Amino acid sequence: MSIEALKDLAAHIEATQGDAVRASQIVVGELTLLAERDHIVRLLRFLRDDQQCNFETLVDICGVDYPERSDRFEVVYHLLSMRMNHRIRVRIRTDEETPVPSATVLWPAANWFEREAFDMYGIQFADHPDLRRILTDYGFEGYPLRKDFPLTGHYEVRYDDLEKRVVYEPVKLTQEYRNFDFLSPWEGMTSQIPGDEKAVSEEAPE
Amino acid sequence: MADTIHASIEEDRKFTLNFGPQHPAAHGVLRMIMDLDGEVVTRIDSHIGLLHRGTEKLLEYKTYLQGLPYFDRLDYCSPMNQEHAWCLAIEKLLGVEVPRRASLIRVMFSEIGRIMSHLLNIGTGVMDVGALTPITWCFEEREKLCGFYERASGSRMHAAYFRPGGVHQDLPQALIDDIATWCDFFPTAMERVESLVTENRIFKQRNVDIGVVDVKTIMEWGFSGVMVRGSGLTWDLRRSQPYECYDELDFKIPVGRNGDNYDRYVCRMEEMKESTKIIQQCIEILAKEGPGPVLPRDSKLSPPRRAEMKNSMEALIHHFKLYTEGFHVPEGECYAAVEAPKGEFGVYLVSDGTNKPYRAKIRAPGYPHLQAMDHLSKGHMLADVSAILGTLDIVFGEIDR
Repeated sequence: MSIEALKDLAAHIEATQGDAVRASQIVVGELTLLAERDHIVRLLRFLRDDQQCNFETLVDICGVDYPERSDRFEVVYHLLSMRMNHRIRVRIRTDEETPVPSATVLWPAANWFEREAFDMYGIQFADHPDLRRILTDYGFEGYPLRKDFPLTGHYEVRYDDLEKRVVYEPVKLTQEYRNFDFLSPWEGMTSQIPGDEKAVSEEAPE
Repeated sequence: MADTIHASIEEDRKFTLNFGPQHPAAHGVLRMIMDLDGEVVTRIDSHIGLLHRGTEKLLEYKTYLQGLPYFDRLDYCSPMNQEHAWCLAIEKLLGVEVPRRASLIRVMFSEIGRIMSHLLNIGTGVMDVGALTPITWCFEEREKLCGFYERASGSRMHAAYFRPGGVHQDLPQALIDDIATWCDFFPTAMERVESLVTENRIFKQRNVDIGVVDVKTIMEWGFSGVMVRGSGLTWDLRRSQPYECYDELDFKIPVGRNGDNYDRYVCRMEEMKESTKIIQQCIEILAKEGPGPVLPRDSKLSPPRRAEMKNSMEALIHHFKLYTEGFHVPEGECYAAVEAPKGEFGVYLVSDGTNKPYRAKIRAPGYPHLQAMDHLSKGHMLADVSAILGTLDIVFGEIDR
């Protein structure tokens, strides 16, 4: 798919769906639409049914977390047209409470993708037929792919030989998870490790 | 009195069955809650996630190079195909050109991976419907391919051989020769399997007209790979959106006619033959073009030569930085997909300009396929469920991530 053809396609979509599309961009040969959350189903339906777009296959729906933004989540749709042989990406923004209209009315395949986004980020989808957790454990709490969820999680599971069952316990780490700060190469680790307090007190006596 | 007995028999026909999570026909850790009416399936609720390892979360905390081996562990039937998608995504953002020789080696091992996956699927798939011999013959061939993996990368399964920018090391000539010898023999081995299965009456009774996929289903449920081609659509990313050097290779795309289990089996069988041809072409081109680099020279992506590190301080620093800090990928987002044996395997990568991915979403082909299990099995008999599950070609490494 050439860049010119993508530009034409973007212009066509923006001309007909101006109020649903905020902006469009073509980066590394991929067309991305930044869309309005409330009009997303209408836009997706247009992309699916329009003769020039013909994006009949839903490839993927996923969430991305930007905790510093007021609308912290992005929901990213990837669509594919086998007939026209082109792809498109649609991004919308939402926060923890505001539900996103579900795409299950257009593609049944959206069901599990939206369940996954809900499971991983806690993104709410309105009019979803069955918004349950999908990948995490039965009875899991929290949203693991959020940036403020620790990599190690909160609970660990082991088989207890005395009780003859699997038990859940708070995570106990024998060693703190070491997250090296590579962005300031001369600092190395920024978190405190045992022994650091001695170095500070020797250098700067109070 | 007679009425109540009759009613209770009607009621008795309906029951709920728990299938898995540990069942040999579940091809992994799938749990399905099936509502049955007698022997007819009325509803399937699949419970997945029993193999969830948080790959996407882990990727956010690892450098791009450290993240690579996690891709082997997704679809562990064809590990290198997954690495390929990851490398392509990184290369797309970096704008790196892969050296010619590395590209050929990648294609060759992607096709070896395809054959590995199809061998496993056909072997276990026909075993699900009662044929016990082919799996041993398929695994005999698969074993040899694992051997090639080991000789290229040092590992039979979790290869970590593809690297952003190329492949880790060049192949020894002896290995290439052995792969060529294997390619000559392999079609004969497959003919033996086919002679047992393809025209077998029991196999046909169990698979023809079972699990029929039509074009509407394909579009609605986001199918890809053999699930699409089995229904007669010539859709193959290797042909329609070519990556690496697939556009200069000569291969056919086998398609089915009815979109049932049987057609998908035949498609996989034919695809293996086409893959063998692709491998042979790669070997030919490799021999013709002679040795060359397999990683971009003088780049931040490739480690310095060991000998160079003994004399050059800069090379030593580069080596240290590459394997601790890794390389930084420019800010942006991209989606890269490969035609994995099971369908379209894609990686959506969001980079914030640091040495770790900000977000990496793995789009596994088996995920939408398994999702359609309810749709495909409705109205079929209980025994057909395992046959359909077999030809969906699902692997829980990639579905649960």
